[in-house]
Amino acid sequence: MIPAAFEYVRAASAEEAVALLTEHGDEAKLLAGGHSLLPLMKLRLAAPAVLIDVGRLRNLAYIRDDGDEVAIGALSRHRDLESSALLASSVPVLAAAAGVVGDPQVRHRGTLGGSLAHGDPASDLPAVVLALGATLVAQGPAGTRSIAADAFFEGFLETALAPDEMLVEVRVPKAPAGSYQKFNRRAQDWAIVGACVATGPAGTGVALVNMGSRPVRAAAVEAALASGASAREAAELAAEGTEAPVDANAGAEYRGHLARVLVRRALEASGL
Amino acid sequence: MIEIAVSVNGVECYHDVEPRVLLVHYLREVLGLTGTNVGCDTSSCGACTVLLDGESVKSCTVLAVQADGSDVTTIEGLAQGNDWHPVQTAFREHHGLQCGYCTPGMVMAAVSLLREHPHPTEAEVREGLEGNLCRCTGYHNIVQAVLAAAGAP
Repeated sequence: MIPAAFEYVRAASAEEAVALLTEHGDEAKLLAGGHSLLPLMKLRLAAPAVLIDVGRLRNLAYIRDDGDEVAIGALSRHRDLESSALLASSVPVLAAAAGVVGDPQVRHRGTLGGSLAHGDPASDLPAVVLALGATLVAQGPAGTRSIAADAFFEGFLETALAPDEMLVEVRVPKAPAGSYQKFNRRAQDWAIVGACVATGPAGTGVALVNMGSRPVRAAAVEAALASGASAREAAELAAEGTEAPVDANAGAEYRGHLARVLVRRALEASGL
Repeated sequence: MIEIAVSVNGVECYHDVEPRVLLVHYLREVLGLTGTNVGCDTSSCGACTVLLDGESVKSCTVLAVQADGSDVTTIEGLAQGNDWHPVQTAFREHHGLQCGYCTPGMVMAAVSLLREHPHPTEAEVREGLEGNLCRCTGYHNIVQAVLAAAGAP
């Protein structure tokens, strides 16, 4: 399978990438690691006229300590996250979740920013940034703006990014405890359902993979925990308010069951 | 057309390619290096695995233009003269193949795995080869081969 023809331009900076996005509008897509975009293009489910390659912007591949947060450049690869000593000590759930994305070859190419900007509810990391209460930094023609993870995922493959904006940084509150649990049928598959728990100074966040048309919080679980419910009691509420997709792998009822089991495991693994 | 310069198995290659040409097609059809196979063509099976700057990647999901300026190693580039790479030797000695179609990708994935984890456990080898499928289901001997290449007793 070969993608439809496109024009290829390489951006030398985030500013240049934004200028190219402004010039080409909806016709253009940013290319980072390419592991969400290229498969869609090969299937001709996506056919952008222009690909703007930002994969060489190494100045956006960093993971640094910034007080109560860890600042992560959007071009950091899953491999960089899973092998980061800083994340292992400060946000271990993010390192652990990055280490179960796809397979090693995918993790050598795929980036945190690309995965989040793709906005796939079946991806692992959107739920992790939701549970952590991360802040996403977008760069546009007028400068940068911060977007709360809760306001970022708007629909299936739709995010709050404007057509002329590029995700440049992800700011993650330090969270000493947490767990990411995913269930899939075969090695390397997308999660049929996944659950992320992250516990930091602001409390316990719980979010779900593949339990709706976008990555979602398990709000009922969070509320129950905040009012003193046990992990086992709270996990029973994992599917409340969700609209789980139905596909060849699972119906909504089975996905609800998986959500309850995985949330309970994630809470227990987080010491709750 | 975009001009690219890629070092493939230590040889500098300069070509004009269409941006949509995949790295695997560049290797097979432009350079004639047909040791790298196309299996599923959907970044699942790993038959097309090569090393890009020393790390395993699925060359069906990398554009040739993305490899511009990089080092690529394919199965043809592993041996040093007549001396096979230790992973190749281990696959032969432990019969780490049946039909052989997945083998080049398995070997390249194993080389990358052992660079990151020089002394893996059996479980780490199985996890580390998660991105490579063997339709003959010959995993047992493949795992034994990788452990042997790592110097496991």
